[in-house]
Amino acid sequence: MDLDLLFRALADPTRRRMLDELAERDGQTLFELHVRLVSWHGASLSRQALSKHLQVLEEAGLLRTEWRWRSKHHFLERSPLRRMWDVWMRPLAEPPEKETGDADQDRRDERAGR
Amino acid sequence: MPIKIVVTSVLVDDQEKALRFYRDILGFELKHDIPMGQHRWLTLTSAGDPDGVELLLEPDEHPAAKPWKTALVADGIPATSFGVEDVHAEHKRLSALGVAFTQPPVHLGPVTTAVFDDTCGNLIQIAQRH
Repeated sequence: MDLDLLFRALADPTRRRMLDELAERDGQTLFELHVRLVSWHGASLSRQALSKHLQVLEEAGLLRTEWRWRSKHHFLERSPLRRMWDVWMRPLAEPPEKETGDADQDRRDERAGR
Repeated sequence: MPIKIVVTSVLVDDQEKALRFYRDILGFELKHDIPMGQHRWLTLTSAGDPDGVELLLEPDEHPAAKPWKTALVADGIPATSFGVEDVHAEHKRLSALGVAFTQPPVHLGPVTTAVFDDTCGNLIQIAQRH
């Protein structure tokens, strides 16, 4: 998992919205996704731009594509999100409970000028 | 008299197969079937509206037609759109007849739409206005 790729992919509001739309209905074609973004969010975005956004999300592993008959459908991949959470976010957001060690206390005292 | 829309068309890979789909499955009615060289001038109208706009089932034999159609289908883009009173009911009816949908009924702003495969190389949208 490439954290940089993932964060870069998620740094764009249109791409985050695309993931929200796929979470609402998975397996959309480019056409459906485009109509949804334009009609619900008033996004003024071309299909070509959307296509590039899809590519960035796919390269980051956040979606996969599947051909059904002759149409390409896009599916949300949730596992990289979970791994981002497990590997990097959770340890920061929810540090394991530990007793306040003397070292920590000393550092706080130092900062407080004690 | 203002210019009127009389005929619109879809490019089909086989006129006979297209007639079966558009007449027997979708329910349009045959208006003209006139031999024209190796093809036919083949048009249909909406059921109960013989004087309405005609849909021409036009052969897609131009070399540029197939790559164009293939690219549209790949991205899920419909070749044209027809109006229905109840998208959900049509989705159910057509699915029961074996029609494959790339998009089930989805409510999008002022319309509910669905998209299906016409078996002749196109995706077709049906739309219901609210």
